Amino acid sequence: MSTTTTFADLDLSGTTRPPTFRLVKVELRKMVDTRAGMWLMITIAAVTLIATTIFGFAGHDQDRTFYNFMQFAGAPQGFLLPVLGILLVTQEWSQRTGMVTFTLEPHRARVLAAKVYAALLVGLAAFVIAVAVASLATLVFGGADPWRELGAVDFAKFGILQVTGILQGLAFGLLFLNSAFAIVLYFVLPTVFSILFNTVPALEDSAPWIDFGTAQGPLSEVGNLSGKEWAQLAVTAALWVIIPFLAGLWRVLRAEVK
Amino acid sequence: MITLEHVSKTYGGFKAVDDVSFTALPGRVTGFLGPNGAGKSTSMRIMVGLTHADGGTATIGGHRYADIPNPGRHVGVLLDASAQHAGRTGREVLALSALTMGLPESRVEEMLTLVGLTEAEARRRVRNYSLGMRQRLGIANALMADPSVLILDEPANGLDPAGIHWMRSLLRSYAQRGGTVLLSSHLLHEVEMIADEMVLIGRGRIVAQGTKAELLQTQGTFARAEHPEKLAAALAEAGIKASPSGDGGLRAECDPLDIGRVAAKAGVVLAELRPAEGAGLEELFLELTADDARETVTTEGVQL
Repeated sequence: MSTTTTFADLDLSGTTRPPTFRLVKVELRKMVDTRAGMWLMITIAAVTLIATTIFGFAGHDQDRTFYNFMQFAGAPQGFLLPVLGILLVTQEWSQRTGMVTFTLEPHRARVLAAKVYAALLVGLAAFVIAVAVASLATLVFGGADPWRELGAVDFAKFGILQVTGILQGLAFGLLFLNSAFAIVLYFVLPTVFSILFNTVPALEDSAPWIDFGTAQGPLSEVGNLSGKEWAQLAVTAALWVIIPFLAGLWRVLRAEVK
Repeated sequence: MITLEHVSKTYGGFKAVDDVSFTALPGRVTGFLGPNGAGKSTSMRIMVGLTHADGGTATIGGHRYADIPNPGRHVGVLLDASAQHAGRTGREVLALSALTMGLPESRVEEMLTLVGLTEAEARRRVRNYSLGMRQRLGIANALMADPSVLILDEPANGLDPAGIHWMRSLLRSYAQRGGTVLLSSHLLHEVEMIADEMVLIGRGRIVAQGTKAELLQTQGTFARAEHPEKLAAALAEAGIKASPSGDGGLRAECDPLDIGRVAAKAGVVLAELRPAEGAGLEELFLELTADDARETVTTEGVQL
């Protein structure tokens, strides 16, 4: 075979594919370069502060522990960070920016990986902020012995709760490729399942094995999870995060971008 | 160079792109012409991998698009000027692309200047842009890395006449430097003005291709008479087949002299007698659009 290149051939030796860290940087930037994105970030930060402050003033003396402050800082984040994940994916379709994004990097899995990394980095930042705000609140408002009942596992549990939320948001975004649809279903589906599994007697026993919300319950309680509870968490996470994520990935890799 | 070989794409039972093959050469502006819904955009999306073809291959410079590392550096693409986040500023749209391709941010300012978007316009959000401004932004995005191949879908859409003139000189100088330019349009005259080569597509199939000169070359003679019906009758009598064309004119597959002689003999006063210019292409184009058009249009005009 001849290796000579004609004028009509492209010489590709001068370029390498965009490194992952650069794609992650792009995705991080996309989160804050619109008013909606910027306000979502500001809201997450503001609500974290406000929730802990309210609890600092209103909570009972014996409740004002670091552990509880962290719960209060984390709850609104757990609510809003998944929305960030959803929008990061769905904007490529709802706003049709995918036509540019996926021509500049045609390997869609690389773009999606960058979105996952970017969302997790923001989750990590939110975690650090929540811990910092909770520490500060404990110093200012802390009741008697505010650092009690605290172990490394509590940070891990808190982190797992946030990470699964973000990943679930990304998964729902990938699966539905539509901002409004994905956000509504993200909030409605788990609620419907929780109600169903906690009111229908026949389903109650299987609830922690199927309903993600039920299985996540122990993550917000004091102390480590039992082996069974970890197993239930893993099974429901597979059902509500991993399977939707894989199905969404399969869809996006095949979808026509227009 | 862009090469399509037997590319096909079917949606349900509808063949959007049907065995399409053509080549866009370096140093040339190739116009991809066809009515709306003829398969232009689908073909272009297949070229850059946004749509997967059911059959056939599309390569750019000998490579599948997906195999080109950092493809934005080699291939400038504008498929839909409206496909931009409405909430981003024009400058931010370009900055994101520059970052992805690894270009310095200074390139953003250069491109804004090149496409004529002012400082104030660049700070506005895309939702407040006119279609013409979005096209300029999209062209800036495509040209940013100074690629050697350009793929532009309806780039002149929404541009004012000055804008079209500007784009024509831009693309021409681009091709003169050895670049490959493929642009689509549903307007014959637009492509005629800009392109060197033409590829005509209708209902998913290529119906004609060649250089502009080849496709627009003289085919027969155009004549316009004071009394068209008299000329038509005289030509029929002389055995020359003529068909109506343009404002009361006639087109015939013969030498201008033949018509002149018939007219002189019949005493018909001619207002115009010249080699027909590319009427064949226009007729072909109208024929392609006829089935989808809401009006019955012939080269004579709208039939009531």
